[in-house]
Amino acid sequence: MTSQSVPILIVETLTKRFGGLIAVDQMSFDVREHEVMGIIGPNGSGKSTTMNLISGALKATSGTIRLKERELTAMPAHKIARLGIARTFQLVRVLPDLTAIENVVAGAAFAHKPRWGAEARAFAVALLERLDLGGKQDLPVGSLTYIDQKRLELARALASEPEVLLLDEWLAGLNPSELKIGIDLIASLRDEGRTVILVEHVMDAIRSLCDRCVVMNSGRKIAEGTPAAVLSDREVIRAYLGDG
Amino acid sequence: MSRGEAIGLMLAIIVVAVAAVLPLILDGYWLSVALTAMMYVALATSWTLFSGPTRYLSLATGAFFGIGGYLVGLGMSDYGLSFWLMAAIAPVVATALALLIGLATLRLSGVYFVIFTLGLAEMIRNLVSWIQNNFLGSRGLYVLTDFTDADIYWMLLAVSVAIFALGWWINRSRLGFALRIIGSDEEVAKHVGIDTAWSKVVLFMVTGFFAALIGALVAPRYSYIEPNVVFSPELSFIVVVMALLGGIHRLWGPLVGVIPFTLIWEGITISFPNYTTLFLGFSFLLIVYFLPHGVVGLMQSLVRRVGR
Repeated sequence: MTSQSVPILIVETLTKRFGGLIAVDQMSFDVREHEVMGIIGPNGSGKSTTMNLISGALKATSGTIRLKERELTAMPAHKIARLGIARTFQLVRVLPDLTAIENVVAGAAFAHKPRWGAEARAFAVALLERLDLGGKQDLPVGSLTYIDQKRLELARALASEPEVLLLDEWLAGLNPSELKIGIDLIASLRDEGRTVILVEHVMDAIRSLCDRCVVMNSGRKIAEGTPAAVLSDREVIRAYLGDG
Repeated sequence: MSRGEAIGLMLAIIVVAVAAVLPLILDGYWLSVALTAMMYVALATSWTLFSGPTRYLSLATGAFFGIGGYLVGLGMSDYGLSFWLMAAIAPVVATALALLIGLATLRLSGVYFVIFTLGLAEMIRNLVSWIQNNFLGSRGLYVLTDFTDADIYWMLLAVSVAIFALGWWINRSRLGFALRIIGSDEEVAKHVGIDTAWSKVVLFMVTGFFAALIGALVAPRYSYIEPNVVFSPELSFIVVVMALLGGIHRLWGPLVGVIPFTLIWEGITISFPNYTTLFLGFSFLLIVYFLPHGVVGLMQSLVRRVGR
């Protein structure tokens, strides 16, 4: 289904330098509507930096990022969020002073499709139930388990009804049974027709969830294609396992 | 309106009514203590509007307060302008200054912001003193009006009510919610679409506006205004300590801290005038160590424990 879809997010020759270190080097790829696109690669290959550049947490040194017709490259994070890019963080970031439902309303109130008041609460309740957090809405977030905090962060991101959802190692740190739940959850997001960029180390998740993926190594794109194709690519194997 | 809100409104009306009749009962010394307390209620509550949810501790209260008092003194003493005109101009000037400071500093986080506001307040104090002493002739300024302590008290009560009403409205608004998110995790705040810089600047301007208005209204009490005194850095610290003592997570938290602290402060100023700074520092330590969420926070956790 994806090959006919139009690109919604287009990244061209994106580069990020930290002093002498080039964390992201001339990256180009696009993400099509309704697809789950994976970004994989060894540790330190620039995946999270790429995500941070797209969400506006970091500013690109050069290159462009476009969402449909709008150029996002120089925009501050809050404007990018309002245009419809939502994210979760590599290390889960829930709002500790707020209740679970307030965390979700936080995602809905200011972003892409703003909701407020009773409407926002009703929407947040529905999302919490959708993510199996029903009945936990008034709990302080500190009392939630790790996977529930991850779910809550995902609910917050979904609350803005994003055009593109960025999941930065959302599955990291889950135990095997939680991992199964997590993969099923992301699969259900794909079935709803959402557009997702997934940075992930869990190869099972990449295989079962991604329509396409790009592989990064030392800041550069070394392969792009279906998970099966890229994971059997010689250069990709060398990047992960070294010369053998 | 919910039941809780109705009870809250009733309580608020009773408190305001009691506060309003105090000058008819009190006189002399106790009226002046009540006046001081009312001034600090207004200052600490408006300070908390910004610093409470965002946790950006501002030590610039003295600077804004000073601008209020100083401009009233300058306008009346040197240019023959009316008190009311100057009391209207001063908060506008302070708001504009808060905008500039906000744009320049609110990118700073945590302790850097605190230090900057402290340094800035000192700079303004010295700058104004220098200009006053070298260019404007007179060393001090006279603010002569017909206001009694009771008049000033009632004006400050009206300002306090306005601050509470505004705070109540902000807390229910998207802006108030945005500030809580900023205080909780600023990075997340940006990524859910909040213009964090602008939200903080707006609230900082609100506190600047009120501090200058209060400074202007209180000026007639002192009659004689000297830049070095009216831009008091001590005032900035007292406001912070009072707000923290009461608790900054509720709108009415600072109110709970102001009243006991004003009484103790008055006692110390009279009995041990040389030890006020020591007392201030010591109370700050005690509050931070033993009452991190203020008296209100302590009461809430006690209630919760009893409820269990």
